Amino acid sequence: MDIATQAIEGSFADPVFDAQTVFRAVMDAMARPGTLQPLPIFARPPAPLSATAGAIALALCDNDTPLWLDPVLQAPAAVKSWLGFHTGAPLANTPADAHFALIATPAEMMALDGFSQGTQDYPDRSTTLILQVGDLVSGAPLLLEGPGIERTATIAPAQMPRHFVEQWKQNNQRFPRGIDIVLATPDGVACLPRTTRIKTMEA
Amino acid sequence: MTAQATDIATYNFAYLDEQTKRMIRRAILKGIAIPGYQVPFASREMPMPYGWGTGGVQVTASIIGPDDVLKVIDQGADDTTNAVSIRAFFKKVANVAVTTETAKATIIQTRHRIPEYPLTTGQVLVYQVPIPEPLRFLEPRETETRKMHALEEYGLMHVKLYEDIARHGRIATTYAYPVKVEGRYVMDPSPTPKFDNPKMHRSPALQLFGAGREKRIYALPPFTDVVSLDFEDHPFEVQTFDQPCALCAAENVYLDEVILDDHGGHMFVCSDTDHCEKRRAEGHRGHLAPETMEPAQ
Repeated sequence: MDIATQAIEGSFADPVFDAQTVFRAVMDAMARPGTLQPLPIFARPPAPLSATAGAIALALCDNDTPLWLDPVLQAPAAVKSWLGFHTGAPLANTPADAHFALIATPAEMMALDGFSQGTQDYPDRSTTLILQVGDLVSGAPLLLEGPGIERTATIAPAQMPRHFVEQWKQNNQRFPRGIDIVLATPDGVACLPRTTRIKTMEA
Repeated sequence: MTAQATDIATYNFAYLDEQTKRMIRRAILKGIAIPGYQVPFASREMPMPYGWGTGGVQVTASIIGPDDVLKVIDQGADDTTNAVSIRAFFKKVANVAVTTETAKATIIQTRHRIPEYPLTTGQVLVYQVPIPEPLRFLEPRETETRKMHALEEYGLMHVKLYEDIARHGRIATTYAYPVKVEGRYVMDPSPTPKFDNPKMHRSPALQLFGAGREKRIYALPPFTDVVSLDFEDHPFEVQTFDQPCALCAAENVYLDEVILDDHGGHMFVCSDTDHCEKRRAEGHRGHLAPETMEPAQ
C-alpha cells in the first residue's frame, strides 16, 4: 500500500459516534484514574501508531492542537500524513509547544518536564501525553490515590518511562501546573491526571 | 439508523459541530485533571439566550451519546420551563432517551439543585452556571482574580464571610456558598442552595460545570474533597426546615415554599419533584397530600 493510500484509509467509520465513544472512554478514564475503560478498535492507523492511540488522536486533535510525535513515530512518513490528513493537526516544533504528544516507546521517552507544563495562571495550557503501552498488568505496580479514586487503585503499565515514579512525584509538586497522561493499551484506555499520586511502589 | 438520520438530518448529532465538540471535550478533560480550576473555552451561540443554560447545554451536547439517558432539572423540578425545553431540545437534536427518574439517568443536567436520591458511579451531573468566578463580586477584574487563583490568595473570600458574621451574627450566604476543592482551588458550586454542598463532597458521580456566557468549564471528578469554607467558631451548616414536606412528609430534604392563596396560606414541599413523587407512590403522605394519588393524565 503506498503512502497516499495509507494516509487516507483507516479513520473512523462513523466519525460522530466513534469520536463520542472514544471521548467518553477517555473522560471516564480521566475521571477515575487507574481504571481501564475498554475500547473496541475504531481506527487503523499506519504502524507504529497503535489503533487506540490513533483513535484518541482522531477524537481530540484538530488544527487547534499542535501535536508532537516521539522519534519512532516521527520516522515513518505514513504516520505524519495519516494524522495530518485525518486530524489537520500541525506538528509542534518542540515538545513544549505541543497540546498533545503521541509516544510509541514510552520507555525511551524524554523527561516529562520537557513538555509544556502550563502556567500558574493557565495550568490548562499543558501537554497531554498519549503513551502507547502493551498492557496495564505486566509492568511495575503503581498504587494510586487522589481525586477520582475512592480509596486506592493499582495499575502496572508496561514500558513506562524511566524513573517514572520520581518524575511523577515532581509532576505532582508542580500542581496546578503539570502534564496529564493517557495510557493507550490495545484494548482500552487509562489515565493519570496530574492530581493522581503514586503512594508506594512494590517491586 | 436511517430513521434516526432523517429525524435529525438538519443538525449534526447533538446540535454542535464536531470541531466545537472536540474543543469542549478537551476543556472538560483539563477541567477533570485540575479540579476546581475554570478552563476557558470558546462558548458558542446556542438556540437559546445566555442565562438559559447554554453552558450546561454545550457540555451535555459534547458528552452525550445515543445510549445515554438524560434527565434535566430546574431547581429540582423536572416539569418547569427550563427543564422541559432543554429536555425537548436534546430529544430533538440527539434523539436520546429521557427520564425524570434520577436512578435511571446517565446524564443529569441541572440548574441549581443536586437530586435527593444519591448519585452513583457512572452518572454525570452537568451544572448550568451563571457566574463561575467565586471572587467576581469581590474583585471585578479577571486579571486580578486569575492572579488570586494562581497564587492561592483567598483571604478576600474569608473577609467576606467574616463580614457576614460581623453584620448578621452568622454566615448569611445561603446559595453559591464557596467551597475549596482538594485543598487548592476555591470554587463556586453554582447557585445551588448550600444545603447541597455536602453532596458534592466525595460524590461517586462526575460533576461538570458549564458557564456559557462567561465561557468557562470546570469539573469535580468523583471522590474529590469539596469543603465549604467556614471558621472554627462558625462552622459551616446547612439549612434546616421546621416541618417535613407537606405532600410526602420527607425530612432532611430541601423544601420550596409554595403560596396557596391570597391570605398568607403556604406550604413547604420537596424541591426535588422526582423524589417527592416516588415517596408518594410508596405511600408516604404529608399533611396536605390528597388521600389517594390522582390518576395520571
